[in-house]
Amino acid sequence: MARETDATPESTAGAIPSFDVTVRIRRYDPEQDEAPHWEDYKVSVHGTDRLLDALHMIKWEQDGSLTFRRSCAHGVCGSDAMRINGRNRLACKALLKDLDPSKPITVEPIKGLPVEKDLVVDMEPFFQSYREVMPFLITSGHEPTKERLQSAHDRERFDDTTKCILCAACTSSCPVFWTDGQYFGPAAIVNAHRFIFDSRDEGADLRLEVLNDREGVWRCRTTFNCSEACPRGIQVTKAIAEVKQALLTRKV
Amino acid sequence: MTAVQSTPGPAQAIDAPRSPYRRSKPTRTNFELYAWLFMRMSGVLLVVLVLGHLFVNLVLGDGIHQVDFAFVAGKWASPFWKVWDLSMLWLAMLHGTNGVRTIINDYAERNGTRFWLKMALYVAFTLTVVLGTLVIFTFDPCPVGADIDASALPSFCPAR
Ligand code: SF4
Ligand code: FES
Repeated sequence: MARETDATPESTAGAIPSFDVTVRIRRYDPEQDEAPHWEDYKVSVHGTDRLLDALHMIKWEQDGSLTFRRSCAHGVCGSDAMRINGRNRLACKALLKDLDPSKPITVEPIKGLPVEKDLVVDMEPFFQSYREVMPFLITSGHEPTKERLQSAHDRERFDDTTKCILCAACTSSCPVFWTDGQYFGPAAIVNAHRFIFDSRDEGADLRLEVLNDREGVWRCRTTFNCSEACPRGIQVTKAIAEVKQALLTRKV
Repeated sequence: MTAVQSTPGPAQAIDAPRSPYRRSKPTRTNFELYAWLFMRMSGVLLVVLVLGHLFVNLVLGDGIHQVDFAFVAGKWASPFWKVWDLSMLWLAMLHGTNGVRTIINDYAERNGTRFWLKMALYVAFTLTVVLGTLVIFTFDPCPVGADIDASALPSFCPAR
């Protein structure tokens, strides 16, 4: 974070270009506002700053009432997914200089989940469908006394979907999810995929049954919004297609 | 798995999905699976059927100028074209109806609206398919009657 490196010698700090950006934030305070509205904030930032740094500057220096979630600030915890310039990104992974700072940068809460305040949405519907796919190891028989071993090849099968950080960027970018919020959504399917294709797991049939539902994988229209939104680079649409394939052939 | 959320309801005046907290009842059928599969397979078939149809009607011979009563009658005299047109009719209608059904499910906001739109869709489907099937099967390439110009009939008709 460039702002915390103010102590470094002038020469290095000067090497980082600094510029002004306007951040246009969708504000909503349920206790005061009838409806959400846009508000502009001007901040001067460095070329190394991310949108999250700009949000911090606004909250710490201009308007303390601005509300958003963040925790790790390094793209690991998945708390700060938001709609930035119309695309779902993690604020902590979006460099301001990549967001065309010449125009106001719009920041909105992710769509399709009820807004609680400003950029904070209620994630409960998202986690509910996550829980419904049983995202935990299901086995039968006795507990082994040592760890459950798996070949590198078997591990590779579901490697991509282990990377999910449950940020909801994918599900909240899905136009099918936007309609009625009933679709399980890409994130739930990704996390079902992670166990369906795990050779140590025996609950594949249960999960496939869940995803065969009217609101399951068949509602996917392969829009690819989810693959584009995923900050972890997970091939979400591909994972969904693999689950469809497994349902059609009843083979994992 | 159908647990209704006990969390507070959505805040007012926000674009939220229609019912984010209630999960709809799980369906225990393979209907959506077969519907999905049908869309893929009928899609492939329709590409062949429709392009073949367009090619035979509009490119071969005199193109669009050849399409008249006699042309259609000539085609439907052969069982091959009857089967072709019949499968085209059924597949296209089922494919299109299923597509519109999906769109209605997505975009109709109230249950009543959704129900009636789908009813209208199914009625339109039934009418079109029944009428089309009837025409293909009962079409007489060589109608007899006083007001029929024999020279307009296809050459294989005895009246000619
Ligand atoms: S699949 Fe990607 S976008 Fe979706 S919740 Fe997981 S990390 Fe986020
Ligand atoms: S703050 Fe943890 S992912 Fe951005």
